[in-house]
Amino acid sequence: MMHLDLALVWAGILAFAVLAYVVLDGFDLGVGILFPFMPDEKQRDEMMNSVAPVWDGNETWLVLGGGGLFAVFPLAYAIIMPALYAPVIALLLGLVFRGVAFEFRWKTERGKFLWDGAFAAGSTLAAFAQGIALGALVQGIPVAGRAYAGGWWDWLTPFSILTGIALVFGYALLGATWLIYKTQGHTQQQAYRFAGLAGGATLAAIGLVSLWTPFLSELFMQRWFSWPRILFVAPVPALVVIAAYVLINGLRRRQELSPFLASLTLFVLCFAGLLISFFPYLVPTSVTLWEAAAPPSSLGFLLAGAAFLIPVILVYTAYSYWVFRGKIEPGGGGYH
Amino acid sequence: MDIDALTLARLQFAFTVSFHIIFPAISIGLASYLAVLEGLWLFTGRVVFLDLFNYWKKIFAVAFGMGVVSGIVMSYQFGTNWSVFSDKAGPVIGPLMGYEVLTAFFLEAGFLGVMLFGLSRVGPRLHFLATLMVALGTFLSAFWILAVSSWMQTPAGYEINDVGQFVPADWAAIIFNPSFPYRLVHMLLAAYLSTAFIVGGTGALHLLRDATLPASRIMFSMAMWMAALVAPLQIVAGDFHGLNTLEHQPAKVAAMEGHFETHAGAPLILFGWPDMEQERTRYAVAVPRLGSLILTHDWNGTVRGLKEWPPADRPNATIVFWSFRVMVGAGLAMLAVGVWSLALRVRRRLYDQPWLLRTSVALSPIGIVAVIAGWITTEVGRQPYTVYGLLRTAESASSIDAAAVGASLAAFALVYFAVFGAGAFYMLRLMSQEPRA
Repeated sequence: MMHLDLALVWAGILAFAVLAYVVLDGFDLGVGILFPFMPDEKQRDEMMNSVAPVWDGNETWLVLGGGGLFAVFPLAYAIIMPALYAPVIALLLGLVFRGVAFEFRWKTERGKFLWDGAFAAGSTLAAFAQGIALGALVQGIPVAGRAYAGGWWDWLTPFSILTGIALVFGYALLGATWLIYKTQGHTQQQAYRFAGLAGGATLAAIGLVSLWTPFLSELFMQRWFSWPRILFVAPVPALVVIAAYVLINGLRRRQELSPFLASLTLFVLCFAGLLISFFPYLVPTSVTLWEAAAPPSSLGFLLAGAAFLIPVILVYTAYSYWVFRGKIEPGGGGYH
Repeated sequence: MDIDALTLARLQFAFTVSFHIIFPAISIGLASYLAVLEGLWLFTGRVVFLDLFNYWKKIFAVAFGMGVVSGIVMSYQFGTNWSVFSDKAGPVIGPLMGYEVLTAFFLEAGFLGVMLFGLSRVGPRLHFLATLMVALGTFLSAFWILAVSSWMQTPAGYEINDVGQFVPADWAAIIFNPSFPYRLVHMLLAAYLSTAFIVGGTGALHLLRDATLPASRIMFSMAMWMAALVAPLQIVAGDFHGLNTLEHQPAKVAAMEGHFETHAGAPLILFGWPDMEQERTRYAVAVPRLGSLILTHDWNGTVRGLKEWPPADRPNATIVFWSFRVMVGAGLAMLAVGVWSLALRVRRRLYDQPWLLRTSVALSPIGIVAVIAGWITTEVGRQPYTVYGLLRTAESASSIDAAAVGASLAAFALVYFAVFGAGAFYMLRLMSQEPRA
């Protein structure tokens, strides 16, 4: 019988969970980022209603990412969390503010503007903190023994600030193209304008981060520019160019679905690029996925359930999206 | 980690988890209540049940949202402040929490949207299924997280590997560890009781204003049935849980009882001030021999006192003694309301005895008070360990500056009071609205 590399399987599952989180919560965080730029209150209601039934499910992928890391790669979890202490706390507080705003803003007239602010600021802070965390991870985390060995402000560098800003623009793009798909009329016209601006900024940021990353570490340089590896990794940037073309073309021709799909594709490709740079490190460039893995009895026990449960989750999540398919009716129609 | 950072990290955990537990306790109870209401609506066709469903659904949504966001904080705090614990206990408790995410969180989140917004889109039958799935999710969530919590109290089914990690040897023994069945039953009943008193207090408030409104009468009546049936059950369950604790964590029971000396035929100390420095309970008001009777079911049974353990291994009896009394007092108050309501119900005066209604309004949060006091008892009673008897709290923390933990604690305190204060205000305002369509 072939030996099943449980750690590798789990790395794949968690990579899927993180990607699912980034694209799904990405568009609803993006809606939050764009929120204050929508001029009319009725249109903001539409924005909120377009994600209200699904945001909680989207955010659950983050809990699977964090909880999964804890369960199957406890050493990586124990190193990464203290290393990214401040951005993680900022992320959590941002999520608190924007999460409660979904319910709170409908419960008050006088205080509505406050929760609108909390929704926008919380979403933006969460996105920025995630981008910073990503940048801090990419630039490397020093480890001694089984613990983080760096300082409190190590995460804060020009590179991590760039990745933070990049993710805010990226999520704004996902949010804008989601709104194009889910709304009509004035709201949709506004969303096209947002998507154009956020799209340009996102593509510029992807270019900058991609050029900068190989210079952070010898490993990344080798991964991308050594021969013959370059032949295998070259399709990623090539596909980015194609997705960018589809996005711009879709926005120009006022297509409704293709800009969203192209934006999703951009995220998938950037994620693939990260995997190419990282693999097999979970804490670059100190701890590999095999070093961080929990014992096979832990991995196997959770895998037995996950192999059945994750497909079931995908089915009922898809069902929930299907129930709420179609355009948001202007003026609401929710229970609020 | 120096001692101040450790204290701050413990404070942060205590603060965030105390806030958090309020919302799951309400969500577990309300989700089941909503399922019952919707089932009654489908079964009887009476619109008043749908009205009640829609009324409590809005309140549930606010509580659930706060539970989600405060829960995400918990799942990351293990890593930020307690990374040594995470590294060592992760292989055992991590997969249990993984199952919580996979079986509970996704189920709740996946069907919550349909439950809140989807009735007109999917029709009543599928909608009822969604409500049932949300309720099942809250139950499964309690199952897994209490397995984790119980394993930390009474670890079983593990081995320790060469880098000092706890690794699983027997998953059934890990999940169904000695304290788990008792804790699970005790917590679920607590969630139902807490919800019953919130629902009952709300119904009573509206009955005081208008005693004829059917929706108010139904919710008050249902809540008082729960109080009358579940409060005595809970006291029995609590007794079993206490006996289980006596078997596995006698030091915790000694702290709960305020016993420093080991006694045969021990008294029951009703009130007093356990003084950890002087190693005695000052100002004790005690009933002779009753302590042994309750704990060992024998007048002359031996009850061990805290002095049997070295000072470094003792939990703080001052806190545990008092939190335990608050919990028991709240439990007795709930029992009294339940019995009182039964007596009035028999005389057909359930809805027009203003003192019962006023008491119910005043006691609306009593279940939540009991839940928090109970958790303080069991968690502070587990000290000085995170994994009982095996891993000390002081050895579990990340090596973090006091400044970093203190800053994040301050941020959490500020945000939680503002955000959850507003949330509590909105919930109260929803509950003060009349339950009419």
